[in-house]
Amino acid sequence: MNTATHTLDGPGGHTHQPGGLLRWLTTTNHKDIGTMYLSFSLLMFFVGGAMILAVRAELFQPGLQLMRPEFFNQLIGVHALVMIFAALMPAATGFANWMIPLMIGAPDMALPRLNNWGFWLLPPAAILLTLPFVLALFGIGDGAVATGWTLYAPLSVQGGIGVDFAIFAIHILGISSIMGSINIIATLLNMRAPGMTLMRMPLFCWGWLVTAVLLIITLPVLAGGVTMLLTDRHFGTHFFDAAGGGDPILFQHLFWFFGHPEVYILLLPVWGLMPHVLSTFSRKPIYGHTGQVWSFVAIGVLGLVVWGHHFMTAGLPVPALLYFMYSTMSISLPLAVLFFCWIATMWRGAMSFETPMLFAVGFIVLFGIAGLTGLVLADVAADAQYHHSYFVVAHFHYALFAGGIMGVMTGVYYWLPKWTGHMYSEKLGKLHFWLTVISFNLTFMPQFFLGLAGMPRRIPDYALQFAEFNAISTVGSFVLGLSQLLFAYNIWRCIKGGEKASNGVWEGTRGLEWELSSPPPHHSWETQPVIKD
Amino acid sequence: MNSAHASAPHSGHYYVPQPSLYPFFLSAGMFLLALGFILQMNRFAPGPWVMAAGAGVIGFVLYRWFGAVIAENQRGDYTGWEDKSFRPGMVWFIGSEVMFFAAFFAALFYCRHISVPALAGMDPAFTLYKDFTAAWPSAGPKGASFTPMGAWGIPAINTALLLSSGITLTWAHWGLMKGRRTQLNLGLILTVLLGVVFLGFQAYEYHHAYTELGLTMGAGVYGATFFMLTGFHGFHVTLGAIMLAVVAGRCLAGHFDAKRHFAFEAVAWYWHFVDVVWLLLFVVVYWL
Repeated sequence: MNTATHTLDGPGGHTHQPGGLLRWLTTTNHKDIGTMYLSFSLLMFFVGGAMILAVRAELFQPGLQLMRPEFFNQLIGVHALVMIFAALMPAATGFANWMIPLMIGAPDMALPRLNNWGFWLLPPAAILLTLPFVLALFGIGDGAVATGWTLYAPLSVQGGIGVDFAIFAIHILGISSIMGSINIIATLLNMRAPGMTLMRMPLFCWGWLVTAVLLIITLPVLAGGVTMLLTDRHFGTHFFDAAGGGDPILFQHLFWFFGHPEVYILLLPVWGLMPHVLSTFSRKPIYGHTGQVWSFVAIGVLGLVVWGHHFMTAGLPVPALLYFMYSTMSISLPLAVLFFCWIATMWRGAMSFETPMLFAVGFIVLFGIAGLTGLVLADVAADAQYHHSYFVVAHFHYALFAGGIMGVMTGVYYWLPKWTGHMYSEKLGKLHFWLTVISFNLTFMPQFFLGLAGMPRRIPDYALQFAEFNAISTVGSFVLGLSQLLFAYNIWRCIKGGEKASNGVWEGTRGLEWELSSPPPHHSWETQPVIKD
Repeated sequence: MNSAHASAPHSGHYYVPQPSLYPFFLSAGMFLLALGFILQMNRFAPGPWVMAAGAGVIGFVLYRWFGAVIAENQRGDYTGWEDKSFRPGMVWFIGSEVMFFAAFFAALFYCRHISVPALAGMDPAFTLYKDFTAAWPSAGPKGASFTPMGAWGIPAINTALLLSSGITLTWAHWGLMKGRRTQLNLGLILTVLLGVVFLGFQAYEYHHAYTELGLTMGAGVYGATFFMLTGFHGFHVTLGAIMLAVVAGRCLAGHFDAKRHFAFEAVAWYWHFVDVVWLLLFVVVYWL
């Protein structure tokens, strides 16, 4: 064992790095933990995807063919919880773990053991979410949570054992995210290379700093809300029961105080990484670094005060409706700043279109559709028509699949050579992009029309006039799902071998992370670099 | 932005702990505790046993994990650089706790100022609860009737106890800063004792509420917010008292000096946070 390279591991100077499974159970290394987060995320992406393909299969034709409505309800709720909490959030945390120490010139994350705990809380939570499906097979309970991911009272107060499992899964996921956020904040505040002021910090790090603060502000409120739900269910309280002076709408307030910032929690890391990718493949510096930083902050702050637009049809008083409408619409201002900065970064650049760049440009176009349809939904009068329809489903999948997941794919293709030391297959990557972007639109574009025509969300059966668009959507979803196997295969191939990646990987890269070898050494920056301008 | 690989102004040596099994087992313990609780609430026989196993694992791992951290600290593994990571860590952790309490305070304000008046103000043609009038405290239209808890008995005494404990803790801190170890130890022990007496009064108050006032978890939104707010606060006092007791034990063992005592400060921050939550509770739950 070469001990000379491991001088940072405490007084003995030895790293007793165990091998095999024990390495992953015990690791305190930010790269190992990042790899675990990303692998877990990919696995759960397929789990959540399989659930929703079953749902789309049921929706291929009108009528009930494949499953009971109760099981349909369980699938859509757990699909959302899995995709949000177990696929998208861990992917972003995996990025943070891998890239933040490399980008800011740190040896590791600030709190390495806490970091490991943050990851190992995820598998228990994922088991709690999905266990009721298995228990139901043995006649225990009536399956997983069947309320949709929003857990609205009173349905969730009356629901079966699956609701309890979901409540505790959310508690554990929340603890995991808060621990991760504390670690990221401590790292960004304390571990930056000398000379890297906050305003010089890379945008990806800024995106995560705002994300971490939002998580710490909002997740405990969700924890409080689901705790009230638990006591209403089992300990006789009346938080959400009018008979005791409570109100089911209170749950919606508590849920969406978390739920709306959650959208930005999912998207800010992606907005942070986009400018890096656009700048690399346009071979130009990032346009408007400072403007983007303040846009992140503005979106974070505004995101905390607009939650009511998720239930504008629930009977809020008119002044509240107006407030939530205008405050929501005002978010489009800082978001527009980001869009124009992305475009300006590409403007007159020497652009090339490797896979990450394709995903980045696809992201801008499709996420733009999410933003514009969001403005439509923010309008109180229009929302009265579109609320709870497939229009909403299409809108948030443009935001969270095209914005979130495609953003994650951008990052994976961009950084994979840095992580593995090998280039992935560009041919497969491009095929994956085109299949994804075409089948994504095939799946979700028809859902806008379905929603405008009046098809409600969360139903297993529908009227005949919706049949054609649903059939198209189902075909699209299966192509979309299957093309993701290409993604997994490409990653696996890249881990196994391939053309050697240079330190800088891409032609136009800038920043500390590209100065280290690919893959980087065990302790990323044993000696901190000093930043001079 | 150019970088030069010169050595940094820190010692340049950040302590990255050895690989550790504690986090994995702590997660496993939490899984068992949650699973057991779910089973117990839904009346499956193994529930309490699974819960007990989970709690046991959690307790054991925390004991060992914190023990390891204390040993690392005493060995001198942590320098000023690590210390600067711990501080924002603790601050943001307390921040998350603040938001957890904020959810319950928000529920209290919502029920008091929005849902109860709205229920009383509904058009008689459209409501089940024609005779319900808005007042506070309220059990709602159908909650169990109760007598509210007065502010100027035990709650006022408890306020005095917690405020005094904040003073004794600061007195102990002064002792630490000036090297007066007896003052430090005495101040900490007094603080723990005041916390324990507070919890004793709280337990008595709950007993009184349930047996004589009819004030229960089921007593409408007042009972719900009362017990959840004071209950979670009491839980935090318990945690704080345990942490203070550990710090007191470390002080008796000669740990900490005027310059290096992050654990003391972190626990002190936590204790003051719990104190401030109580003051808010006293004003909006008991008094107004």
